[in-house]
Amino acid sequence: MSQIAKLVAQRLALGLLTLFVISLIIFLCVEMLPGNFSEAILGQAATPETVAAFNRELGLDLPPHERYFTWLFNMVQGDFGRSLASKRELSELLGYRLENTLFLASVAAVIAIPLAVTLGVLAALYRESFYDRAINVVTLSSISFPEFFVAYILILVLAQNLGWFPAISNINDELSFWQKIYRTALPAFTLTLVCVAHMMRMTRAAIINLLASPYIEMARLKGLRPTRIILKHALPNALAPIINVVVLNMAYLVVGVVLVEVVFVYPGLGQLFVDSVRSRDIPVVQACSLIFAMTYVLLNLLADVLSIMSNPRLLHPR
Amino acid sequence: MPLATSTFGGKASPWVSRIAMAAVHFFILVLFLQNVAADTWSAIIGLLFAHLYSVVALTYWNRIDRSAAGDTVIVTVTLEFVLIAIIFWDRASAWPWSTLFGLGVVQVCAFFAVRYWKDLRQAPKSAWFGLIVVLIYIMIAAMAPVIAPFSETEIVGSEYDAWTNEHLLGTDNLGRDMFTRLIYGGRNTVGVAFITTVLAFLIGGLGGLLAAAMRGWVDQVLSRFMEILMAIPSFIFALLILTIVGTSVPSLIMVIAVLDATRVFRLARAVAMNVVVLEFVEAASLRGEGLWWIIRAEILPNVLPPLVAEFGLRFCFVFLFLSGLSFLGLGIQPPTADWGSMVRDNATLITYGDITPLLPAAAIAILTIGVNFVVDWFLHKASGLKE
Repeated sequence: MSQIAKLVAQRLALGLLTLFVISLIIFLCVEMLPGNFSEAILGQAATPETVAAFNRELGLDLPPHERYFTWLFNMVQGDFGRSLASKRELSELLGYRLENTLFLASVAAVIAIPLAVTLGVLAALYRESFYDRAINVVTLSSISFPEFFVAYILILVLAQNLGWFPAISNINDELSFWQKIYRTALPAFTLTLVCVAHMMRMTRAAIINLLASPYIEMARLKGLRPTRIILKHALPNALAPIINVVVLNMAYLVVGVVLVEVVFVYPGLGQLFVDSVRSRDIPVVQACSLIFAMTYVLLNLLADVLSIMSNPRLLHPR
Repeated sequence: MPLATSTFGGKASPWVSRIAMAAVHFFILVLFLQNVAADTWSAIIGLLFAHLYSVVALTYWNRIDRSAAGDTVIVTVTLEFVLIAIIFWDRASAWPWSTLFGLGVVQVCAFFAVRYWKDLRQAPKSAWFGLIVVLIYIMIAAMAPVIAPFSETEIVGSEYDAWTNEHLLGTDNLGRDMFTRLIYGGRNTVGVAFITTVLAFLIGGLGGLLAAAMRGWVDQVLSRFMEILMAIPSFIFALLILTIVGTSVPSLIMVIAVLDATRVFRLARAVAMNVVVLEFVEAASLRGEGLWWIIRAEILPNVLPPLVAEFGLRFCFVFLFLSGLSFLGLGIQPPTADWGSMVRDNATLITYGDITPLLPAAAIAILTIGVNFVVDWFLHKASGLKE
């Protein structure tokens, strides 16, 4: 077990370092703004007084390193500063938006992960059959679709023609849990369709990779049924890459929601992010990118750690 | 396919090729003499271009390893193109550059088709589908102004007109012709994505090969730098940087190219690392070859197949990325037509059950599927699998 602990600790340390560097990059990006940032935002007509006031408000009059550590320190404590546009405290807004985004991503994940793994196992079981080839073409195509295309097709069919789901998923706190799920259905389906393909292909590949190994041959020679061979013999050993790709897709889900949220006018973090990029609301953009990057890095880290932990060779050292 | 039974062999037929080349030169000349009265400079540039073209064509025409049947294909395709251009002379001569570009594309495609006919014949149906789709897109992108019935930004009708004979796909939210916008959008989106991918490969590929060839601290510095860039989700990073530098086409290209170069770098370095340790590279460096030679002549030919496949996949990725940004209104800016923003601008129509706004999105999807199929085939061929 000490070997695992050491590897995990290594990864965690590396992850922390990455987070630190990312925060530095996000900070420096704004630092590298061409020309005078305040004048660019306030416009040519700004008087020196307003520029100075603006600088003071953003803390731009302090030296960079001091500003960075203040910013980082506040961020860690949950104080994200104020929005330039609405002058509102960001912490509350971001918390609510993040909650919505995570809700959407988890609904999608709950649908997508079992579906992808089942389809992948079936494709491995009936490989080279019509089902396998059909699903290969379908997944290859669905990887090629832009998210908004999938989203609009779903709107057209499920919301417009059949009228089963609302085309716009504006959720708020007053709705009950099931109402929320109902309204989130279409964006969640879109995300599911987009990320199932990748997970399913990797599941299939991971299992098929193992099928040539001697112990599977042995199982086959013993006369076991193919279902049993795949579920009991191949799947446990294929678990590490599968878990890895599932968690990586979770990371993709959290980041990939941006487009989907915009299509469905879903009040999540992605929507807020895009709006503030458009209005060049720097503090919000900084905070959002930090949150997104953090989630991404943490999930990647989780994927790393899980694939180490589920490695049979490391779990059962001789 | 009449060519499927013919075998390429036998002697070249110089008189056919000479007549064909003469026809092409004549065509080019006429195209540009048309503009003499209107614009002296474009006539001069055009004549220079025609000369350059003849020199290049005549030099390579005789060097290429070719056959009578192959010649005939290239010549026929060229003559057909010229014929079509003459039939639609008004349009072809109004946009001489596009017409010439289209001619170049046709000739290059015919050349490659003849050259690799043996491989193409064995290609599966999906690869054929992909190749044809890619070819059509390239032609449309090359000759957008010639094909499109209206101009890109011209307002030609009322808003959201239905599909009619005059406006094949109706009009958009400002009353511009949808079919025209679709064609121009193809040129802009595909063009920007292509340039971006090429740039990403120049940066990432060169960096990766350099890191693998030099190793030591160069490798360390480059790899760590790329790893850090890769740790940030690229969509988020791109949005962050675009907030700061603003959304113009050059900054768009630069930002996406640099972000994508990290992925290319990783692949190029990984593949090149396997090659660098082989004996022939060691032999080359022992006999005193320079770094550039080792990269170009020893490593590059051996890492090319995975890189070419990666180019296709990267192109798809960049293309989707770009249309995603445009869809958010942060990519190619209006009034320039672009598939992503066209979907967004006309999205309201979907709530009335009209599928017109889905056409640009479908165009994106079809191209990426096509490229994916071609890459799939190429990878299969390059891996040497024979099933």
